[in-house]
Amino acid sequence: MELPGYHDHRIGPEPRSFWTRYVFSQDHKVIALQYTVTALLVGAIGMVLSWAMRLELAFPGTLDPGRYYQAMTLHGMIMVIYLLTALLLGGFGNFLIPLMLGARDMAYPFVNMLSYWVYLLSVLVLLASFFVPGGPTGAGWTLYPPQAITRGTPGYDWGILLMLVSLLLFIVAATMGGLNYVTTVLQLRTKGMTLMRMPLAVWGIFVASVMALLAFPALFVGCVMMLLDRTLHTSFFMPAVIQFGQRLPYEGGSPLLWQHLFWYFGHPEVYIVILPAMGLISELVSVHARKPIFGYRAMVLSLVAIAAISFVVWAHHMYTSGMNPYFGFFFATTTLIVAIPSAIKTYNWLLTLWRGKVQLTVPLLFAIAFLNTFVVGGLTGLFLGNVIVDFPLQDTYFVVAHFHMVMGVAAIVAIFGGIYHWYPKATGRMLNETLGRLHFWATFVGTYLIFFPMHFLGLLGMPRRYPTFEGLTFVPPSAHALNEFITAVALLVGLSQLLFGFNLVYSYFRGARAPDNPWRAATLEWQAPTPPPHGNWGPEPPPVVYRWAYEYSPPGFPEDFIPQNAPPVLAGGGAEEGYA
Amino acid sequence: MQRALLAATLVLMVVGAFALALLRPWWFTPLASNWGSIDGIILLSLVLTGLAYAGVNLFLAYSLARYAKGPAQYIPDDPLLERRLFWFTALGIAVLLAPGLYFYAHLVRPPQPKLTVEVLGQQWLWSYRYPGPDGKLGATDTARVSPANPFGLDPKDPAARDDVVVVGGPLRLPLGMPVQLLLRANDVIHAFYVPEFRIKMDAVPGMVTRIWLTPTRLGAFQAVCAEYCGLGHARMLGQVLVVSPQEFQAWLEAQPRAAQALGQ
Repeated sequence: MELPGYHDHRIGPEPRSFWTRYVFSQDHKVIALQYTVTALLVGAIGMVLSWAMRLELAFPGTLDPGRYYQAMTLHGMIMVIYLLTALLLGGFGNFLIPLMLGARDMAYPFVNMLSYWVYLLSVLVLLASFFVPGGPTGAGWTLYPPQAITRGTPGYDWGILLMLVSLLLFIVAATMGGLNYVTTVLQLRTKGMTLMRMPLAVWGIFVASVMALLAFPALFVGCVMMLLDRTLHTSFFMPAVIQFGQRLPYEGGSPLLWQHLFWYFGHPEVYIVILPAMGLISELVSVHARKPIFGYRAMVLSLVAIAAISFVVWAHHMYTSGMNPYFGFFFATTTLIVAIPSAIKTYNWLLTLWRGKVQLTVPLLFAIAFLNTFVVGGLTGLFLGNVIVDFPLQDTYFVVAHFHMVMGVAAIVAIFGGIYHWYPKATGRMLNETLGRLHFWATFVGTYLIFFPMHFLGLLGMPRRYPTFEGLTFVPPSAHALNEFITAVALLVGLSQLLFGFNLVYSYFRGARAPDNPWRAATLEWQAPTPPPHGNWGPEPPPVVYRWAYEYSPPGFPEDFIPQNAPPVLAGGGAEEGYA
Repeated sequence: MQRALLAATLVLMVVGAFALALLRPWWFTPLASNWGSIDGIILLSLVLTGLAYAGVNLFLAYSLARYAKGPAQYIPDDPLLERRLFWFTALGIAVLLAPGLYFYAHLVRPPQPKLTVEVLGQQWLWSYRYPGPDGKLGATDTARVSPANPFGLDPKDPAARDDVVVVGGPLRLPLGMPVQLLLRANDVIHAFYVPEFRIKMDAVPGMVTRIWLTPTRLGAFQAVCAEYCGLGHARMLGQVLVVSPQEFQAWLEAQPRAAQALGQ
């Protein structure tokens, strides 16, 4: 049966067997769930690894240093790449893009399916490193050579190889996904869905996907070069090295070359994670405050500006690396300029809540957690980006606090908010609200208690990547006490995530039935049946869009929202003319 | 109830942040170098970002508490307000960046150093090399590195023969004299960091990096490794002794020369 549409884009018939329906599915909604569940499970492993680190920091001697560094490396890699990137693009991107744009599926459903399976393979290769002789690599998540590929680093034999291969696979998966997201946004928007009528969630995912396509290749070539250095003893990153009296078979390479390649990917990566999060937050704030997003055009422009500038700030991770110090002037200036579009987005979220009708739903609670955390992380970025201030703070707990706030906690609470918001559409069930509120309070207050005091340990000069601070004369006993406190809170925050996991599973079977549009939202996905069928819009043609995505509380209109696809006559004309 | 609790939490977060910054249970170590300007910019940044944080969180708490019932007002944008906020933010950024870059220029362009000392990082030990009476650090080559000759000195080079090498011992620096540190590493990347001096710099195999400072306080300070360098990273601690110039000179002259140490 052919489903009608506005594009020369045909999706396959609805699959009938269990395997094609739920496992090797080409349906973007199933792939989104596969990505989400896989990423959450691997994220749980990342969280347990952080427990291991916290236990060592509170009770030195719990782990030997090798184990500590393995936990540290895998925690960072899992959280940044395999959880946040995969979940925001592969999970939310897959679910929201076609539904919010009125498309029947992604542009290339088969490539989309391959993307997930290659991602899963990359996760399995990564996890396999726990079971090989020597265990996973303990090189630190930035994998700086020569450390990463010299003997004495945990996982020298197998761990580092599996890590690099896993990253290469992940990049293949991300590229297949990214091409799909970009093509779908550019080609498969429904009738009337102009670019400047797209919801900001789609804008965030779209811009981040373009960035991923431009940034990941730098990591890809870096990983290939490091694999060659490790296996064939080429010397891309390896100068002449004497380790423990032994001359290694390298000569003439540059450790800084890796750092440039890594951070040319690594800094845009921060925004690849945070731009989709910003997009989700824009939806949550507007819907749950019953108010149009403030300054839509500025929100779009600032997303694009952040993306563009983020490609010329990478060396702010390298101020003390020994690169030419004159670079510092350029990179400090570009880095601080990024703060302007980021601040504009923050103002606009605040001004959206202002004079709204603020509903304290669970999704909005998490959006508020995002605002608070993102602002803390953004403001501390002004310290680290301002080159001379970075000289004392680089590689201290100030950096740990900064990036956990801005791209750890901020991104994960945006994901939580997004899941509480879209779970009803995806599954047809509401999540339990009481459990959701408990989860919010534990996560919001807990993560703040964990990471906020760390800034001050950084001012004190406490270096990161130390399994123990015994022997540091400038670290007072109170800092050790603080470390124990942080560990206790971290264990509790981790445990509280069980509330979330339980809620996801329990509500799937026992949750209240979700109506089609429980939040009374104006975007298209809520106008689809719940849960949306194969092809999203049934035998009818996909919806036609008549206005922007944020027509909330229009004056002189009985309802407090007008869906994007409500024809102007039914909507009562007049009110939304200016935005049509 | 929850609304009041949330607003109160947001306010408490601001109170807590200010309390930590004012009561200072964890704060800078006492300054011991010329880089007080960095402390100054950090304080300026703390004040500006503290005000911004307070502004955002209090506005957020107010909006949550005040606009519970609605009706929501339809305010899709406000170009004038948006322009003002843009320039306001740009001004704040400029106020932070301008002094930052001004003092960074001092860091990039050292004064004519009276003293140059080489710092060598290797797993997991700091070593130092001072020029001899000729005032020059002699030639080195990684190929010559051995346990007895960690710097890889060329025993034929006269400039190297009179150098003074301190393996694993404290770094002695004269008070009040600008010193240029040249950093090298034999194996992996390390970073030389003395919290009281405020500055740090990576020591990278295959290249020489540099940083300068003037010690301004007598005493013993701890040097730590700030770039992850393997299993012993947390134990790679060194000591820095800032002594009077006379004491420093007397100490330096009493040290054996590299040629003697190498037995050649």
